[in-house]
Amino acid sequence: MMIPACRLADLPRGEAHRLDIDPPVSVFHTDDGELFAIDDTCTHQDASLADGWLEGCEVECPLHASKFDLRTGAVDAPPAKLPVRTHEVLVEDGMIYVRLSTEAPNLPPCIASRLAGGPA
Amino acid sequence: MRTVAVVGASLAGLSAARSLRKRGYDGRLVVIGDEPHRPYDRPPLSKEFLAGTLGEADLALERDDEDLQAEWVLGTRATGLDRTERAIRLADGREMRADGVVIATGAAARTLPGTEGLAGVHVLRTLDDARALRDDLARGGRLVVIGGGFIGAEVASTAYALGLDVTVVEAAPTPLAGPLGEVMGGIVSALHTDHGVRLLCGVGVKGLSGGERSETGVPPDGVRGRVDAVLLEDGRSIPADTVVVGVGARPCVEWLEGSGVALDNGVKCGADGRTSLAGVVAVGDCANWYDPHAGIHRRVEHWTGALERPDAAVATLLAYGATQPGVPRPPYFWSDQYGVKIQFVGHAAGADSVTVEEGAPDERSFLAVYRRAGTPVAVLGMNQPRLFTRWRKQFTAARP
Ligand SMILES: Cc1cc2nc3c(=O)[nH]c(=O)nc-3n(C[C@H](O)[C@H](O)[C@H](O)COP(=O)(O)OP(=O)(O)OC[C@H]3O[C@@H](n4cnc5c(N)ncnc54)[C@H](O)[C@@H]3O)c2cc1C
Ligand code: FES
Repeated sequence: MMIPACRLADLPRGEAHRLDIDPPVSVFHTDDGELFAIDDTCTHQDASLADGWLEGCEVECPLHASKFDLRTGAVDAPPAKLPVRTHEVLVEDGMIYVRLSTEAPNLPPCIASRLAGGPA
Repeated sequence: MRTVAVVGASLAGLSAARSLRKRGYDGRLVVIGDEPHRPYDRPPLSKEFLAGTLGEADLALERDDEDLQAEWVLGTRATGLDRTERAIRLADGREMRADGVVIATGAAARTLPGTEGLAGVHVLRTLDDARALRDDLARGGRLVVIGGGFIGAEVASTAYALGLDVTVVEAAPTPLAGPLGEVMGGIVSALHTDHGVRLLCGVGVKGLSGGERSETGVPPDGVRGRVDAVLLEDGRSIPADTVVVGVGARPCVEWLEGSGVALDNGVKCGADGRTSLAGVVAVGDCANWYDPHAGIHRRVEHWTGALERPDAAVATLLAYGATQPGVPRPPYFWSDQYGVKIQFVGHAAGADSVTVEEGAPDERSFLAVYRRAGTPVAVLGMNQPRLFTRWRKQFTAARP
């Protein structure tokens, strides 16, 4: 599925834009001008990676400092153990689009159990 | 270097072992730990694990597919370090020779003298402590927490959510004044009273009552009954079914006495974890690292330090001390209380002003910056992860 995110001109380098879909996805614009999209929710707990610390091609979770590689979704260190999903990013006519991954997301236990337990 | 021994099998020890392998060390790697468990995460012990929303399997720090090619010697305590042989003595009589040693023995919870053997009295440092406390909290009733620091406050918050009647007793006039300063300590600890948890400040604890008392006051065979109250120095008696003692931790370094490793509030280290003995470094809660910014030694008892600093120490160890220490990021910690995320970076001590830059303390959602002579020295956030991260990044980059 292709989803429009925002205009490229509205997303400065070093910033992230969160898409309020379920589960949320964020688009990151690195300092080098590259664009990446990953699941926004940290796989450890309920933190928004768009609020995190972007450095190079990595984002550090705002709560407990696990870092995720924006290119692969891989996580470098505890407390998170699972990678985040990555999504394809396309830019057309100045508009950023995200093509959602078809894999199952790795949601943190607190959110996974909430989803399993019915509506929050 | 053919054998490296890591003593302490928790976050700092595991991070050191990982870093050794990442930096290409392919010799023998022995990890010694006195707990029977593989490395697990402690922060959830006062939060989600205690609340019952995370299980033991979720606490594991290692990934399922991870294999560090290490020998795990668990359930055995190191009792000594022989400096000439560079050998570690174990409680079971074994001795392990090593070319390099990483000391990562962490800290142990302080207890209150005279409370031994009294049922219902807990400290909280290990998984076993947390299991026992969780079972007692499940009985409900009245909980008294002695100590209004972060661990005490988190336990109070978790127990409150479980429906217990909670009282926190703090000897200082304001809880958290040490790490956060008077004003912010007051604002953060007001979370207790916001939720109807009683907070008694400025009064010490004289002792606990309960258990069987004989004429002589000596309990029969060390067997005592259950605690029933906390006795305060001002004469008050606070009824209690369960008591948690959260009065800080002391570094686990007794085993190094006489080894030649200099001790001073933990293992005295350089700015890269090196100790007074060549081939020996120390990391995590037991290590008192030199802080070149402040020109003093500091023991930082936070999770992120135990995760990040071992890499610098391991680099030093592998280079036989010939590396230039990198600059560690300023200390960062978080706490979760009553559903509020508290984050802090830097050192509040030495600040001459604190200003709220964003949000409102009354709403328990704000960001405050501590300054000394106009320069930021610390940042506190309550429920402001995004802003806090920006400040933390700026603050870290701006350090001289
Ligand atoms: C309940 C709780 C909640 C916390 N919450 C937070 C939080 O929210 N945020 C935060 O920033 N920090 C938090 N912390 C602090 C954080 O967990 C510690 O800073 C971190 O665990 C330090 O890691 P470490 O490996 O240095 O020491 P430790 O985790 O203490 O591990 C040391 C290990 O060495 C073992 N050991 C000791 N002596 C010997 C010996 N002689 N021989 C062999 N093994 C030995 C110990 O049994 C232990 O397993 C919390 C701590 C606790 C206890
Ligand atoms: S919530 Fe991201 S590392 Fe904990």
